Amino acid sequence: MRAWLRHHRRAAAGALARLAAQKTAAALNALVIGIALALPAGAYALLESLRATATDASFEPQLTVFLRPEAPRTEAEMVRARLAREPRVREARFVSREQALRELQALEGVAEIAAALEKNPLPDAFVVRLREAPRQEAMEALAAELRALPAVAHVQADPLWARRLAALAGIARLAIALLAALLAFGLVAITFNTIRLQILTQRAEIEVSKLIGATDAFIRRPFLYLGALQGLCGGAVALAILWASLAALNSEVAVLAATYGSNFRLRFLEPGDALAVAAFSAFLGWLGAYLSVSRHLRDIQPE
Amino acid sequence: MISFSGVSKRYPGGHEALANVTFSIEAGEFVFVAGHTGAGKTTLLKLIAAIERPSAGAVIVAGQNVGALKPAAVPYLRRNLGLVFQGQKLLYDRSVFDNVMLPLAFGELTEREAARRVRAALEKVGLAARERANPIQLSGGEQQRLAIARAVVNRPALLLADEPTANLDAAAAGAVLELFTAFNQVGVTVLVATHDEALIARSGRRVLRLSNGSLAG
Repeated sequence: MRAWLRHHRRAAAGALARLAAQKTAAALNALVIGIALALPAGAYALLESLRATATDASFEPQLTVFLRPEAPRTEAEMVRARLAREPRVREARFVSREQALRELQALEGVAEIAAALEKNPLPDAFVVRLREAPRQEAMEALAAELRALPAVAHVQADPLWARRLAALAGIARLAIALLAALLAFGLVAITFNTIRLQILTQRAEIEVSKLIGATDAFIRRPFLYLGALQGLCGGAVALAILWASLAALNSEVAVLAATYGSNFRLRFLEPGDALAVAAFSAFLGWLGAYLSVSRHLRDIQPE
Repeated sequence: MISFSGVSKRYPGGHEALANVTFSIEAGEFVFVAGHTGAGKTTLLKLIAAIERPSAGAVIVAGQNVGALKPAAVPYLRRNLGLVFQGQKLLYDRSVFDNVMLPLAFGELTEREAARRVRAALEKVGLAARERANPIQLSGGEQQRLAIARAVVNRPALLLADEPTANLDAAAAGAVLELFTAFNQVGVTVLVATHDEALIARSGRRVLRLSNGSLAG
């Protein structure tokens, strides 16, 4: 066991030394891998940012229950109690007509129109979030039940809109996965070729090692470490590119978001996701090295 | 230690390098394989080291049928052999010390013990003072002695050498022979393939004489 660990330590140290000895080539490889990985990672970060914002804005399947303008607050309390008893409802947020007007006035471009109004035309309302995305019929049935309450003037259900959003998000996720798969294949190919060249430069050493009793596993090990390290460096470069790109983009995104009265920002990956990118990149490097060394070691036989 | 029984070796293309060769070598023997260029000396050594497989017959080395070994078992056979190749096969991108260290890299020894072994092997072949040198800086005789140090550092039971004195002058060849004799005296079985008749005559050892792939005499 100790000898095995020692062999791994030497192989890892040897791979590090080889990377250090070929700084320029190693840096260029890491850059190519980093750029390739930054694309899907960036798309994923964008999607996650949008998803988080959508959740913040309650853009998930929901009902908006508008009360009659003349309905007193006591009737509003009755509606609240009815919603609180409803098992299909996760949360019901009351938006008073005054609050609705304030939110309207805060919107860029609408403020002047809202200020010109002689009286508040907006009704009290409840924004109702459901426990789970229901089928359209079920959602409409609940809307009909609520519509029957005396204080309720109108119930707006928007399952189609929500479903379209979910479908769009699904398409985006699939596109990212396809892009990631394609670029992962590219990364494996890059590492495959790098390791092939490395094997060619160490051909004499490999041949002698085989002659004096080195197993294929022993010969393969430093190349696997080299591939994994190269992948890891590429992953780190990808994260750095992503971080720098988001920082640069966010200054402009902030200006655009402000025009919509939003504080939307593109968010960097969560720590777990960032670690996953680095680990995935290291794995792809290892895989490329494994395929390459398995393929090319067979060609080198002692003479 | 080594037993050939009706061994033939035919290479792709039809050239028959060995034909029905039978002999045996006991542990602790020092034997020369002599013969003209193309007689089959190198093929015979390659069969022992499992670099080639016999086309017919059985090659037994230390009780193992080499021709029947699975590829994964071959490295473990070679760890018990010391190989001195024609052309030495030294690595010129590392020092004398690191060349000798190579066979110990995949062994069980600690780094300290391995380094001690390397220095002892270099001491034995008279290269202790050159351990930091690059092999390219060594003379032909020194390079051959370096190859021998690498072959014996793992303390093999069997030492195989293919034309170890080729391109060496008589003094250097004599020094190499002395080294082989010294290793043989401590129990290492030595098999040297050579066409250097003077060397063979000087040693007075048993000779297997090959001619066109067959044992003569």
